[in-house]
Amino acid sequence: MSTIAAVSTPDATGGIAVIRVSGEKALEIADKVFTSVSGKKAVDMEGYTCAYGYASDGDERLDDCILTVFRAPHSYTGENTAEISCHGGIYVTRRILRTLINNGADNALPGEFTKRAFLNGKLDLTQAEAVMDVISAKSERELKMAEELRDGAAFKLADKCSGKLIKILGDLAAWADYPEEDIPAVEPENLKMVLEEVRKELSSLVQNYDAGRIIREGILTAIVGRPNVGKSTLFNSLSGVQRSIVTDIAGTTRDIVEETVRLGDIVLRLSDTAGIRDTDDVIEGIGVEMAEKMIDSAELVIAVFDGGCPLTEDDLYLINKINNKNTVAVINKNDIDLKLDTSIFKENNIQFVYLSAKENTGISELKSAIENIFMLNETSFNTVSAANERQKCCIDNAIKSIDSAILAIDSGELLDAVNVLIDEAEQSLLELTGKKITESVVDEVFSRFCVGK
Amino acid sequence: MNYNMGEFDVAVVGAGHAGVEAALASARLGCKTVMFTISLDQIANMPCNPSIGGTAKGHLVREIDALGGEMGKAADKCFIQSRMLNRGKGPAVHSLRVQADRVKYHNYMKEVCEKQQNLFVKQAEVAEIIVEDGKISGIRTSLGAEYSVKAVIISTGTYLKGKIHIGEKSYESGPDSALPSKYLSQSLTDCGVELRRFKTGTPCRVNKRSINFDIMERQDGDQDITPFSFETDPATLDNKVSCYVTYTNSKTHEVILANLDRSPLYSGKIEGVGPRYCPSIEDKIVRFSDKPRHQLFVEPMGLTTEEYYLQGMSSSLPEDVQLAFLKTIDGLEDVEIMRPAYAIEYDCCNPTQLLPTLEFKKIKGLYGAGQFNGSSGYEEAAAQGIVAGINAALKIKKREPMILDRASSYIGTLVDDLVTKGCSDPYRMMTSRSEYRLVLRQDNADQRLTPIGHKLGLISDERYERLMDKIRLTDEEIHRVKTTNIAPSDSLNDFLESKGTSILTTGCKLADLIRRPQLNYDDIAAFDKNRPVLPDDVCEQVDLQIKYEGYISKQMDQIELMRKFENVKLPENTDYSQVRGLRLEAAEKLNKLQPFSLGQASRISGVSPADVSLLSVWLQKSKEK
Repeated sequence: MSTIAAVSTPDATGGIAVIRVSGEKALEIADKVFTSVSGKKAVDMEGYTCAYGYASDGDERLDDCILTVFRAPHSYTGENTAEISCHGGIYVTRRILRTLINNGADNALPGEFTKRAFLNGKLDLTQAEAVMDVISAKSERELKMAEELRDGAAFKLADKCSGKLIKILGDLAAWADYPEEDIPAVEPENLKMVLEEVRKELSSLVQNYDAGRIIREGILTAIVGRPNVGKSTLFNSLSGVQRSIVTDIAGTTRDIVEETVRLGDIVLRLSDTAGIRDTDDVIEGIGVEMAEKMIDSAELVIAVFDGGCPLTEDDLYLINKINNKNTVAVINKNDIDLKLDTSIFKENNIQFVYLSAKENTGISELKSAIENIFMLNETSFNTVSAANERQKCCIDNAIKSIDSAILAIDSGELLDAVNVLIDEAEQSLLELTGKKITESVVDEVFSRFCVGK
Repeated sequence: MNYNMGEFDVAVVGAGHAGVEAALASARLGCKTVMFTISLDQIANMPCNPSIGGTAKGHLVREIDALGGEMGKAADKCFIQSRMLNRGKGPAVHSLRVQADRVKYHNYMKEVCEKQQNLFVKQAEVAEIIVEDGKISGIRTSLGAEYSVKAVIISTGTYLKGKIHIGEKSYESGPDSALPSKYLSQSLTDCGVELRRFKTGTPCRVNKRSINFDIMERQDGDQDITPFSFETDPATLDNKVSCYVTYTNSKTHEVILANLDRSPLYSGKIEGVGPRYCPSIEDKIVRFSDKPRHQLFVEPMGLTTEEYYLQGMSSSLPEDVQLAFLKTIDGLEDVEIMRPAYAIEYDCCNPTQLLPTLEFKKIKGLYGAGQFNGSSGYEEAAAQGIVAGINAALKIKKREPMILDRASSYIGTLVDDLVTKGCSDPYRMMTSRSEYRLVLRQDNADQRLTPIGHKLGLISDERYERLMDKIRLTDEEIHRVKTTNIAPSDSLNDFLESKGTSILTTGCKLADLIRRPQLNYDDIAAFDKNRPVLPDDVCEQVDLQIKYEGYISKQMDQIELMRKFENVKLPENTDYSQVRGLRLEAAEKLNKLQPFSLGQASRISGVSPADVSLLSVWLQKSKEK
């Protein structure tokens, strides 16, 4: 059995998170990621004992952790198991998991720990059906998520790369399987060129992996609105620190102030901006321009409006500007009488919430509105990130195989060996779609080459 | 009037390349076997190209030989030119191909069958299979002769309801003008076998005296000939003929395009599905209209005939059009057609009805092999023949079945592809179909399969001992070169430089040098003072196993993982819709295919890893109940 790893606690910002590694090499892999203060290795530890230390990815220290060792058969799965407890936080937890995977663990499939527990006789028969329900439900959700992700740009790029590999595999197959036909010889230099091209595209894909980045880096969020509606107050109450200068004088915030804040599961990279209005002040004008640019580049816009007065022209200008963005309208100052007509938000399909930044009320409504936009509510958040992780893993594996193939070409290996490495890369990419490599290559050969008696 | 003709263990219906291997294997395993053929003069006939082997097919022949089959020996005895293809592209794709003397090959196989103990060869058309309680009990011929048998192997090739098309004309016929098998299809359908219609074709044969070889490219055989059979002494082999290459041109294409309306393929008269890899010349010209020319090979049919085969020119156009387009080709200006090209349609089964033993899931004792299972090619047929013959015999002898998995052989890959994925057009073996091709090389077929053949009883003790010696010598030598140091020296470094590889500054192991792509085991002999004298095949193994060690061990890891799933068997006749949590699509596919093992289930398209997880939990649960 392979060694598997996954985050065992809910994928949210909690006080603590546990990453579980189970399987034959669990302890060896844990040792590559976790360093104990005492210098003790997981492989030397007794079952049911702990060690204090830290997790690191190469030179970078990720978090202080506790490592708990379970020895087969006395663990949940019945296999050697290591559990790394860290300080939670989606980013750190994911990083630790990823480091484990880079060191040889496989991403656990839906329900896999429980399945292993059952297969190793740790659960009784009555629990088997529960196990099957877990596998079924989780895989169903992941499948759905994966299908949704399939429409994304990232998937399309991976698909394009897969197409390029299939093409060279077709070249190789036709060349090897039809030596007597006049099929052009495959030149290692050309192979290498395509491989390097694909490698570059896949690497950029991994770096910009959409939801992965949202998890790691948060959602780029602009707080906008006309001057003096309470943007900075909201920013400060979200970030919990007095960063923006709050005064009654309109136009106080002239620069963009940034802060990364957590709203439950969600990480927002908040930018407080200058109030958007027609202004003659040169410096304030620059701020307004920057704010408008910020709206263009932001993944989420929180537009703040003054609930105490009707919409102004500046407000209408702003609504027009944010119409096509992921937007939550925040109607501020709900401690005074509402004089703002909200019908314009309904007409434009903009979600809105009431909120008093000063009293710090309405924050949870804002949070669920954001969750709605990014589909990050309770049920799907874990699944999105898990499905994403698995896709990323496939792409990472493909890159590794391409690297070996390039190395093999450089060292002058024969093409049958290189071919097998490219097969591996393609197989990893095809896992995203569930296709099988041998059929794809055979189809490619027959559709492109005129071969046969 | 029906009459009884006695009791046999196994009946083989059809004596082509599948039938012959099936009958020989069954008889050699001690089963009283009867083999039927519509004409004794068609046994192991090559109605298409007179050649054995080729890419991936050459692997199959070596594997058949390693298991104890006949094809490799027959090819060694009857070939007239031999070539190892793909030299320089890596050992995984090296493939042996020979031109064979068609008549001699038929005579050789006929005689082997006639002399085989336990094997009875009969000329008759089998018209019916007799099934009682879902189990084979006998067969009946068109004359009314009844044979009681425990197993039947159907290897009817293109005979089953065969129909030949040449231009606007079509008529019922087997290959090479043999009689077709007219009645068996109905009987099979009545017994619940799902049949379908496939199509294939063959080019025309022309007279040697009408060919101008002077303006064609000549192709000669290898200097050092590698035999197919691990038992053949290479010293006894030599080439007797040359082949030639010429090309079609724009004129040829014009003639064909102008007459497309006279092709039964384009007029819709042919309903059967043709092979993608074996397109007719008209197909090639229509589908690849940008290609200015297509290559054709001019190959002798044997030493006692003037017939030549035109590989690449299969067609179903009328005879007059065939003649017209051939005459446009360089060297064929005065060509004289002896047999026109034709297309042939025939009945075959959907192979997903079969177990990996090639026995029908629904009818006990009924097996299928060869083109009847939807494949194409003599070698693919023979490979299935030996699998079906062995398994029919093992079942009768109440022994464990022989199931070759994908990691064991191309034979196993072929069978698994057919029974798991089925085929939508005639299936041809290709190296790209094997995910384990660095392990499944043609040079090590003996190491992979001869132990299995020996255990079965198809390989003699003596041959097995020879293999064990070869393996022992190989292992010892690999150990020696891995542990023997070599010190840098001027002569060595000069040599390394001349080979374009870096010089040594400190000592290393001999194996480290062999691993370099620029060097091989033989190259460094001069610097290896204590090298023992070893047979060529051992030297080859030492070289390959060291060079490819990294890749081989990686593939071995994958194989080990695959086999874990392969060894988990699934029960027969399972209703998968009762498995909790299984998606509807997966349950339907599983119900239809009734996979043999968890591994096979995982290879069905539409069955996800999560579904396989569910199945393993469900299996465990049912076991504990």
